[in-house]
Amino acid sequence: MYPIVEKKVLSENVKLLKIKAPLVAKKALPGQFIILRIDEKGERIPLTIADSNRKEGTVTIIFLEVGKTTKQLGTLRVGDFLENFVGPLGMPSEVKKYGTVVCVGGGVGIAPLYPIVKALKEAGNHIISILGAKTKDLLLLEKEIEAYSDEFYIATDDGSKGHKGFVSDVLQKVIDTQNVNMVMAIGPIIMMKVVSNLTKKYDIKTLVSLNPIMVDGTGMCGGCRVSIDGKTKFACVHGPEFDGHKVDYDNLMLRNRRFIHAEGEACKLAGAQ
Amino acid sequence: MSVRKTKHEMPEQPPQERIKNFKEVPYGYIKEIAIEEAKRCLQCKNKPCMKGCPVEIDIPGFITCIAQGDFDKAAEIIKAKNNLPAISGRVCPYESQCEWECTLKKIGEPVGIGRLERFIADYEREKGKKPPKKPKSTGKKVAVVGSGPAGLTCAGDLARMGHAVTVFEALHDPGGVLMYGIPEFRLPKAIVKSEVEYVKSLGVAINYDVVVGKTIDVKELMEEYDAVFIGTGAGLPNWLNIPGENLDGVYSANEFLTRVNMMKAYKFPEYDTPVKIGRIVATFGAGNVAMDCARTSLRLGAEKSYILYRRTEAEMPARAEEIEHAKQEGVIFKLLTNPIRFIGDEKGILKEVEYLKMQLGEPDDSGRRRPVPIPGSEEKIAIDTALVAIGQSPNPLIPQTMKELKIGKHGNIIADDDGRTSVPGIFAGGDIATGAATVILAMGAGKRAARAIDTYLKNK
Repeated sequence: MYPIVEKKVLSENVKLLKIKAPLVAKKALPGQFIILRIDEKGERIPLTIADSNRKEGTVTIIFLEVGKTTKQLGTLRVGDFLENFVGPLGMPSEVKKYGTVVCVGGGVGIAPLYPIVKALKEAGNHIISILGAKTKDLLLLEKEIEAYSDEFYIATDDGSKGHKGFVSDVLQKVIDTQNVNMVMAIGPIIMMKVVSNLTKKYDIKTLVSLNPIMVDGTGMCGGCRVSIDGKTKFACVHGPEFDGHKVDYDNLMLRNRRFIHAEGEACKLAGAQ
Repeated sequence: MSVRKTKHEMPEQPPQERIKNFKEVPYGYIKEIAIEEAKRCLQCKNKPCMKGCPVEIDIPGFITCIAQGDFDKAAEIIKAKNNLPAISGRVCPYESQCEWECTLKKIGEPVGIGRLERFIADYEREKGKKPPKKPKSTGKKVAVVGSGPAGLTCAGDLARMGHAVTVFEALHDPGGVLMYGIPEFRLPKAIVKSEVEYVKSLGVAINYDVVVGKTIDVKELMEEYDAVFIGTGAGLPNWLNIPGENLDGVYSANEFLTRVNMMKAYKFPEYDTPVKIGRIVATFGAGNVAMDCARTSLRLGAEKSYILYRRTEAEMPARAEEIEHAKQEGVIFKLLTNPIRFIGDEKGILKEVEYLKMQLGEPDDSGRRRPVPIPGSEEKIAIDTALVAIGQSPNPLIPQTMKELKIGKHGNIIADDDGRTSVPGIFAGGDIATGAATVILAMGAGKRAARAIDTYLKNK
């Protein structure tokens, strides 16, 4: 059992939980994820690690309440327990000195971007961060990420903060004005697709972090398979980060909708209880 | 008095009833029938049946006790060699092992050894198992990675030798393939849990949610423990590698069975994990896992459940009993067919599979006749779900993080018959060493490794 030691409501549908899981915290590296299960009837869901603290033995997750499990997770309080919390899973980000790195985060994807930004900065990179959200209230970890960024931009769909429009508009401007060595993009699939299409034109190395449906997270079920350059890879053991120019985003979007009907049913039932 | 030529039948749920539920198919022998069946045993002096047993059970010994009505003694004899008899008594391919060697086969059917093992295991479980006396502690510590049949057997045997054993399990339940792979109607999960409880009662500790190779690595285990046994199984699903395999509706057998068995998707929405199969399901492959998939689909409400296999029934790797059960339940076998592509609708949802008809040609390396496509024989059938059950490869997580371990060309950890790997103190057995095989072979490997580990610890 894994106790919740801290909880923050970051926006209406986005919550932060700090979980005591010393073995996971000891090994967690930027880019890796965990799988949790709330109770014995629960589903196993993957969440990318937003932060970890070896000394405290804690791991932080930030999640958007989209389905039955994340909504239930959002109702838990400090002192409650998770039945299972496994990790760290997946391959860590390749942290090294690239030169100028643009870190693009969209929506709740900003959360897993944070430890990567931190690590890339500490590795001596010039960090340009671009964070995007529908509206300013949905922006996450602004101050935290800004603290590790040499340049910092915001884009909101409604223009309530920063550039009115998409993160890709800002990225275009950055590419137009300076030499970019690498782009790291984490966010909605459509955002990662648009960013990858843009950087491909300029042949800029781009990494994206994928979050497909998983069951075990150890390479056993193949539910998380993604098509990379026409080859089948498992996000849980080969990823979750992949070359953004080689991902079949349309197939990923399709596969992430596999259980959308059941999800609706489960949410409705949970709401009725 | 002449010996009865056939085994006593084991009563079963009728097919039309059982495809509507997940309850176990055979009910098992009652006392009187078990005694009668045991009396068929000729008590051969050379005990040929024992040659066929990977876990070395004194088969004539326990059968004599059953014939005499001494079930407790029978249980004791089985337990001396096998910590998990309720499991092996259900899933062992005894027809090709102990029963294959039975002298009675010369005049008819062999003794129902598997059924008798199951009878005793169930008798003991219902009565309440009592753990044997704790042996004197050796002061040695062993880590066992994976709580499947190899790991549980190895752990149980080591504990009985007096070593302190800790099992590390990646998932939230113990049992490995016994829990996520084999369906409830063939191996009830309450039975797996009860067998695991017995292993724990021997003094074995099980730590869940620990992915060795990620949460902790083998080198760290070596610092804390005197020896390590790796029994991580064959987890990685093989694919057909044909177009359309990533469409919505195509599952690996592992994903499908894990959702249904371990995550209890058949009880959705009481349990949160869903599974979606539609009306028509096609399973590819013809091993036990394929039969499990096809039969599970019927229980989830599929109107049609096909098995597509590129050879004929004679070459099917599944146990005869599983094939028979599948047929009784209405699984449709499309033999000599080889899928060439999956076809989806405009939204990317699976709707058809196209396949070629095959004929059998010359024997291949496996000794089975090689299937050869018949040109121009393409056909399509409408399906909602495809389940790919064509085997698994060893899980790469430990080999990836432990470069010193010698790895075979299929990704298996190279180990000798007693489980010794290229690194002293590290042992491996079961599917991770041999590639996908059976539960009982994994148990046998766990058993031999436990003995080798004991010897290693004594000489250390």
